[in-house]
Amino acid sequence: MAEKKKEINPKKTPMPEQEPLVRIENFNEVALGYSVKNAIAEAERCLSCKKAPCVGGCPVEVDIPAFIQFVKEGDFLKAVKKIKEKNILPAICGRVCPQEDQCEKYCTLGKKYEPIAIGRLERFVADFEREKGLVEGFEVPKPNGKKVAVIGSGPSGLTVAGDLVKLGYDITIFEALHKPGGVLVYGIPEFRLPKKVVQAEIEFLQKMGVKIQTDVVVGKTVTIDELLNQEYQAVFIGIGAGLPLFMGIEGENLNGVYSANEFLTRVNLMKAYLFPEYDTPIKRGEKVAVVGGGNVALDSARTALRLGAKKVYLVYRRSEKEMPCRHEEFEHAKEEGVEFIFLTLPKRILSRGNGWVGAIECIKMILGEPDETGRRRPVPVSGSEFILDVDVVVVAIGTRANPLLPSTTPGLRLNEKGYIKINEIGRTSKKGVFAGGDIVTGSATVISAMGAGRTAARAIDEYLSK
Amino acid sequence: MFEILKKEELAPEIYLIEVKAEEVAKKALPGQFVIIRVDEVGERIPLTIVDFKSQNKSITLVFQAVGKTTKKLASLKVGDKIVDLVGPLGKPTEIKKYGKVICVAGGIGAAPIFPIARELKRAKNYVITILGARSKELLILEGNLLAVSHELHITTDDGSKGRHGLVTDALKELIKENKVDLVIAIGPAIMMKFVSEVTKPEKIKTIVSLNPIMVDGTGMCGACRVEVGEKTKFCCVDGPDFDGHLVDWNLLLSRQKVYLEEEKIALESLSEKAS
Repeated sequence: MAEKKKEINPKKTPMPEQEPLVRIENFNEVALGYSVKNAIAEAERCLSCKKAPCVGGCPVEVDIPAFIQFVKEGDFLKAVKKIKEKNILPAICGRVCPQEDQCEKYCTLGKKYEPIAIGRLERFVADFEREKGLVEGFEVPKPNGKKVAVIGSGPSGLTVAGDLVKLGYDITIFEALHKPGGVLVYGIPEFRLPKKVVQAEIEFLQKMGVKIQTDVVVGKTVTIDELLNQEYQAVFIGIGAGLPLFMGIEGENLNGVYSANEFLTRVNLMKAYLFPEYDTPIKRGEKVAVVGGGNVALDSARTALRLGAKKVYLVYRRSEKEMPCRHEEFEHAKEEGVEFIFLTLPKRILSRGNGWVGAIECIKMILGEPDETGRRRPVPVSGSEFILDVDVVVVAIGTRANPLLPSTTPGLRLNEKGYIKINEIGRTSKKGVFAGGDIVTGSATVISAMGAGRTAARAIDEYLSK
Repeated sequence: MFEILKKEELAPEIYLIEVKAEEVAKKALPGQFVIIRVDEVGERIPLTIVDFKSQNKSITLVFQAVGKTTKKLASLKVGDKIVDLVGPLGKPTEIKKYGKVICVAGGIGAAPIFPIARELKRAKNYVITILGARSKELLILEGNLLAVSHELHITTDDGSKGRHGLVTDALKELIKENKVDLVIAIGPAIMMKFVSEVTKPEKIKTIVSLNPIMVDGTGMCGACRVEVGEKTKFCCVDGPDFDGHLVDWNLLLSRQKVYLEEEKIALESLSEKAS
């Protein structure tokens, strides 16, 4: 370190983006990605700490300083290979991980300045490799003759499949929908995560030998016991959280009221935004209210704008500070013109008189004492009711466990909310059956599901190596 | 990909197809359905499974070519493939010995009623089937239903065959003449509504198979919300069979019309493509 100290840019190298007024007219990706110059400039901000606290913040323990070092040197392929040793979905994680709460939160530089834009660099090297057509498979060892069934092709299932195929296992993923990817495909919109990026990362796994069977609802088409009796020595359940929650208020079944799951599935998976070129329709509201404060609520609000809504309200019962969404997405939504109505709770949904939504009656809230999550509990202010005229309502207040699979799997223990119980290494109460992701924890993030997949993959390997 | 092994036009615009689907055929039970997607730009629609033959690994579906998807499906020939088919979904109809059962089938409801009537007869019930349609040409599966019922009564709205009138007219009479333990009605929502209204004052248990709009069919989206006994249910996982006396029929009828305008646009785009 004898060379003279270079001035460090206190700010992250900005990522080029589509202008708000332009991007609300299309479904193309908002963030355009770093150029080579941007990437090297950002990488050079990295202090290459020996202790690397950032790695501790990463649920899948990517060797962050090592990959950034390769970026500094301009060897982007080595950089992406370094990431892929631990994370098989870098182009996805670079886009949707909440880095501000993970790796970047622990960045040493972040104590004084803005942290290194680790996510943007991860995305850059993964995109570089893919766009240049340079994606190479890993060397897969000789098959060990053991078969593992993975149920669900979302982030946790893909991670389990990737980790185990690298160890020589014969992996088949079963997906209920017609396309693999789970929430990456049906949930997260194109403008945040282009579907071709997801497809490429899944194709990478297939190239390594992972088999994917779509159109199979495990629990209906085939049961876990049948999989275990037939040909599989172990099963991983990564089916996601499942059923959408509704508020349980009057008018919620009126035409024009969607769960966020339905609204986003129609647009993302079924491509309703391209109707009638694609057959699946969606109601394009003029005035849309989205209820909720998480990433799914923001995705829904921004999708509604792109479908042509003149006004999109986001109704959230707490204040801006308590919103569980990513700050970056909140900023994006604000720039695009989503109108935030905080400290407000819908009381009932009113009909236009013909079975269709016409308005929501809301009540104002104030924040009271902290609840079990540590956030201050919102309390209604009596007499503060007001009416919001809308023609589409999207309910994005979370999900609960789907009982379809557990109910056909005797011996699988659940918690009181219906989520699958596992031990610290991902084992369920049923022999040979492992689980991870949202069906264990309830709705969480892509990367935490991947972390759970990693843990379970280790446990499966250990179980089958005995 | 799922190959069409057989295709038959049962009536004008009403088709029967047999589709190769080994796993589904093995598991299917009366009352369950599949979700299909005809092609790469297609939407997902539910179709009730009419029959399932594990020996030739196929299932039978019956549909009326009324919308874009069903018209596209109708244009396929034997040997063609549909891209996606998933199932069997939903809870099967509860088959047991009830005693005397009236099966009411309206229009293409004759198709899903057929395996239910067959299994009910096997379970030693006395099965009376009422088959109704607008006119003689639209009556389907008459021979099949005759074979699995102890009695078959036919009604047509225009009187071109059987009794002149609605299925409910025949039902009212049969209820008077018989001690009925169960009514199962499958057909258009409006028909199932009126059947339920006939049986409710008589306190005859009535099972209906609801047909709301669906997307995934596994409980994930909630598009198929129905209200039964003032509780919201997801038809795809909680149904499709429900107690007809508890169903909010007006809500179902309203929700079935969500995409009326879009359905017109979709049909226009299909005919534009054809011309």
